[in-house]
Amino acid sequence: MSADPSIPPAALSGEVRLPEKLAEVEPVRSVRTPIRLEYDFIPGSASSGYLNAFADRKILGQRSPVDGAVFVPPRGVDPRHGAATPDYVELPDTGHVGGFCVTRLPIPGRDDLEIPYVSAWIHLDGADIGFLGLVGGIDTSEVRMGMRVRAVWKPDDQLGRTAENILHWEPTGEPDIPVTAAGTNAWHAKQAAESGEQD
Amino acid sequence: MRDIAVVSVAQSQEKALTHTTEVELMVPIINEARGAVGLTQDDIGFTCSGSSDFLAGQAFSFVHTLDAVGAVPPISESHVEMDGAWALYESWVKLQIGGIDTALVYSYGKSSPGSLRDVLSTQLDPYYLGPLWPDAFAMAALQARIMLDSGTVSEQRLAEIAVRSLNGAADNPLAVRSSADANVDSVLAEAPIADPLRPSDCAASADGGVAVVLAAGDRARELCERPAWIKGIDHRIDPHQPGVRDLTRAPSAHKAAVEAGAGNDRLDAAELAAPFTTQEHILEAELGLGSDTAVNASGGALAGHTMMAAGLMRIADAARQIHEGRANRVLGHAASGLFLQQNLVCVMEGE
Repeated sequence: MSADPSIPPAALSGEVRLPEKLAEVEPVRSVRTPIRLEYDFIPGSASSGYLNAFADRKILGQRSPVDGAVFVPPRGVDPRHGAATPDYVELPDTGHVGGFCVTRLPIPGRDDLEIPYVSAWIHLDGADIGFLGLVGGIDTSEVRMGMRVRAVWKPDDQLGRTAENILHWEPTGEPDIPVTAAGTNAWHAKQAAESGEQD
Repeated sequence: MRDIAVVSVAQSQEKALTHTTEVELMVPIINEARGAVGLTQDDIGFTCSGSSDFLAGQAFSFVHTLDAVGAVPPISESHVEMDGAWALYESWVKLQIGGIDTALVYSYGKSSPGSLRDVLSTQLDPYYLGPLWPDAFAMAALQARIMLDSGTVSEQRLAEIAVRSLNGAADNPLAVRSSADANVDSVLAEAPIADPLRPSDCAASADGGVAVVLAAGDRARELCERPAWIKGIDHRIDPHQPGVRDLTRAPSAHKAAVEAGAGNDRLDAAELAAPFTTQEHILEAELGLGSDTAVNASGGALAGHTMMAAGLMRIADAARQIHEGRANRVLGHAASGLFLQQNLVCVMEGE
């Protein structure tokens, strides 16, 4: 797809056949009909709790009533079972890198982001799924799966009700978690252990 | 043809959901519909939903809402960008094909985050009508003026339809607009909002959701004491370009009713999803509803119109009357598009 909206799409660039009386008239090759609609996004109950807690430097998850799995960020439901998750769990701001990628392309509107940057799936201690964050305070070539990290928060006077309060995640220097037990591997290992117990 | 019935319904509707996401809305509704007949998602053969991303202002919003269903282990699922009544139709077809005995159908709409009357302009063609951004009330008023000036309806008759909704809704906890005291004089005294339409001529916009469980044959009899058997279901469409249509009619509604066999026997009740009194008037004529049929005893869509769910809610309301033994032959109707462009008719009977 062409990035330049003034260039008509390929389908319209062919010959346009007009009735004879319109022969001298410039053909209409495309029509632009801008659409603009405004919405007041409502985060809902679970996300409101999550965002409000961020203002107090707290990270909240929710616990599944089915098997106790802890989800962060909370969405009010265990999506595996369609079960409501009314119980919040306060989580520490430490965890490990469950997976990551090094990106060398800029993000439109994020001029503040130095390239290359590392986005990572952060698995908080006590949570059973990961959530997205930036990794900083370390050379990109040193980032690895299983690396222990902690949150680097904005100064207290800049905290708002937003996940942007966490600037990035930096290494704690503790020993790594084995890759076989990191990220979703931890989840699978836990599930396997639980099904083993049931058997 | 297999015998297929609505065996369970659950719904919720409010004027505006200001602290609830679509997922949080649907979790209790879906669990109530499944739970009432003792089913979990593992027992459901096919799941189908109806919703619109234009209401949420969010691409693929229906994928988020699947969280409310529970898709582990992976489920057989589909979605229509239509009122949930069309998701029910797809599920009915799937059940007819066989291989499954149950289906979960749900739909929801939360239009309060945006301006529905503007959002609806995006359903118009993008070349000629869409760029003019005609407001939904203005378009409906244009139709109303044609109907009044051509003598196909009177202001008195429109007010009577409005009163029927307002009074009927007084006993319906799901209605967002009701009045036990309303009468023709009080409605006619209202100042028009889009001349000649008065506030009570236009459906009260609502946020909400509905879930329905379908089951086939003996499975339906196991799950429900009095299943609402779908005896006929059909949907038809008129041209999209309103200029080529007679706006005093809805031929697709008539055709759908004929194909669904609506007129084959007496109908105890009919629930119509008309967003305006003018369109409810057209539907009564096109569906051939007589004075022996209780039309919109719940207040209908006028008393609370949840975009994308109003039609499936009507079918649910009609089915419930059979479940509770209050009626034996009912009609549920759904509409979509400008000026009742698309219509679906579902005729249900007790055993």
